[in-house]
Amino acid sequence: MELHADTTTNAGQLLAAASGGERRVGDRVFSNLSVGAAVTILALLAGVAFFLLIEALPAVTASSSELPGDQSLIDYIAPLAFGTVLAASIAVLLAVPLAVAVALFISHIAPRRMVLALGYMVDLLAAVPSIVYGLWGIFVLGPAAVGPMEWLEQKLGFLPFFKGPASATGRTMLVAGLVLAVMILPIVSAVAREVFAQTPRRLQEGALALGATRWEMIKMTVLPFGRSSIVSGAMLGLGRALGETMAVTIILSVSGIVTFNLISQANPSTIAANIALNFPESSGLAVNTLIASGLVLFAITLVTNLAARAIISRQNPQ
Amino acid sequence: MSPSRWLAIFASLAVLAIGVSACGSSGDSSSGLSGQVAGAGSTAQEAAQEAWVAEFENENSGVTISYDAVGSGGGREQFIAGGVAYAGSDAALEEEEGELGKALERCKPGKLVEVPAYVSPIAVVYNLEGVESLQLDPETLAKIFNQEITSWNDKAIAADNPGVELPDTRITPVNRSDESGTTENFTDYLSKVVPSIWTYEVSGDWPVKGGEAAQGTSGVVEAVSAGDGAIGYADASQAGELGVAKIKVGSRYAEPTAGAAAKVLEESPEAKDLAKSPYMFPYELDRKTESQGTYPIVLVSYLIACTKYDSADEAEIVKGYLEYALSAEGQKVAAENAGSAPLSPALEEKFKPAIEAIG
Repeated sequence: MELHADTTTNAGQLLAAASGGERRVGDRVFSNLSVGAAVTILALLAGVAFFLLIEALPAVTASSSELPGDQSLIDYIAPLAFGTVLAASIAVLLAVPLAVAVALFISHIAPRRMVLALGYMVDLLAAVPSIVYGLWGIFVLGPAAVGPMEWLEQKLGFLPFFKGPASATGRTMLVAGLVLAVMILPIVSAVAREVFAQTPRRLQEGALALGATRWEMIKMTVLPFGRSSIVSGAMLGLGRALGETMAVTIILSVSGIVTFNLISQANPSTIAANIALNFPESSGLAVNTLIASGLVLFAITLVTNLAARAIISRQNPQ
Repeated sequence: MSPSRWLAIFASLAVLAIGVSACGSSGDSSSGLSGQVAGAGSTAQEAAQEAWVAEFENENSGVTISYDAVGSGGGREQFIAGGVAYAGSDAALEEEEGELGKALERCKPGKLVEVPAYVSPIAVVYNLEGVESLQLDPETLAKIFNQEITSWNDKAIAADNPGVELPDTRITPVNRSDESGTTENFTDYLSKVVPSIWTYEVSGDWPVKGGEAAQGTSGVVEAVSAGDGAIGYADASQAGELGVAKIKVGSRYAEPTAGAAAKVLEESPEAKDLAKSPYMFPYELDRKTESQGTYPIVLVSYLIACTKYDSADEAEIVKGYLEYALSAEGQKVAAENAGSAPLSPALEEKFKPAIEAIG
């Protein structure tokens, strides 16, 4: 943040020097405003973290007999953290390849006239409220997935993911992951699309001139150029999937267990969905326990984002 | 429209508003009550409370009542802390966590009032293709929900349903994924009636892992509707098109009707040890009843208040509101809007002194 302040100051001084006069009012206002904004963000973040810590403390120090379900805090949160990561992972695994394909189609394959309309439609997916996705999942996708999930159980039942018995209602981890995948698709593809479109023309034309096919050109120039954007898009999507509440709350049939079985009626809950489900009837220590789980979610997303930064900066040494 | 026309409309509206408020303050309303009162608590009572508030405010134009459905636990907490004048609770106040003692303390120098105001039957709903009517005895019901019985053509179910052809569909038991009074009352019924099979602790959280879980009453109804072979429990008024199982009571199979639910409360003994003031009527619901015409899977929700408040106005409003909620008319309004079972006239009479003590 100080770095930014310095740069703006330097730029301001340069500008002032160039115009041969005092620093202009506009520059000063701008620099103060942007520093203020940066400080506010940091203060907000620190405030949220502080609130989570303070409110979680009673649950951390309480004995397990006082906590909901008479289990220790770790036993309570661990299945939730597992479910959170599982649902988000499914979403990212499904969404990223699809999003990259969509982005490539829009940036390199679609006819120029279609590009605008297509991009607009993908962006529109991001404008659908998550509760609507939830309702769609429970009324449309879930029931429609019952048949395919039975098929998966029969044909691929030897895999732990499809062990079954397949749910009769379709409100499973797989369906929740699918809905999350649709929800994060637009952000992943938008980030990737912007960067794919900026692949230097000379690189692309050079590849084509050397006799590369269109796929080879994309593989050799566009994808390497856009790799960090794919990673950062995926991480943004992962962040959204980790914290998504309403859709998961409505769709997922939760049971507080740890399992990789994606198609049965018994699924681990996610942290955000669990808070939404249990907060209304909670009081006292139960609320502290929920906030403690929120703290864990905060930590998970923080680590995810830091990891994303690390990956991106390693790929683009500057 | 021209600006002057707008002005004219605005002016006439303003005159109207002044006129209305003048009516309110000049005591033109039937009771002359005025002021604001806040309550909080049970989500089960929400629909009934909304109907009561609407009707009561209609009758008493100077009164504003708000009910915040934060959940029973939250309602009791806010009541004890003095944040709200009355609370709705799916359970009677208990000594656990010192709630009863703190509530008594909160009402001093007045007394604590606790009356059942909302009785609602909980239906066992199912979705099974080709089966129009279903009868279950408590033992079978418990085994279905603890996942001991997993197929619809199980011998135990067949024994309850002579002449019904049961398919070999897998049973999908559906429970609430959120904490709820419905779950608490349903599991309380199972653990009282068949304690050898239902060995779990009674609480608002569903105790059995591995079942289908859905959010809220509407979520359970939706999940049961979606899955062939699904069975769940929900507020009887929300059962809709779903099949409703008859549950064995004594030697007969009973349906979750309003009358049968109200009768259980009438026949249940009071939990005397929880009644710490003459105006408290906590009940120990007689889940094991065998008498004809009762249906013991019911949710009973209480109204909790004090006999004395800081201001006489507040006390008068609380008194009027509770009086209305427990009146024949109030109970009828709740039945129409929330599908609850109206209290019997005998019980209405019985709770009257408690309400009259307010103020």
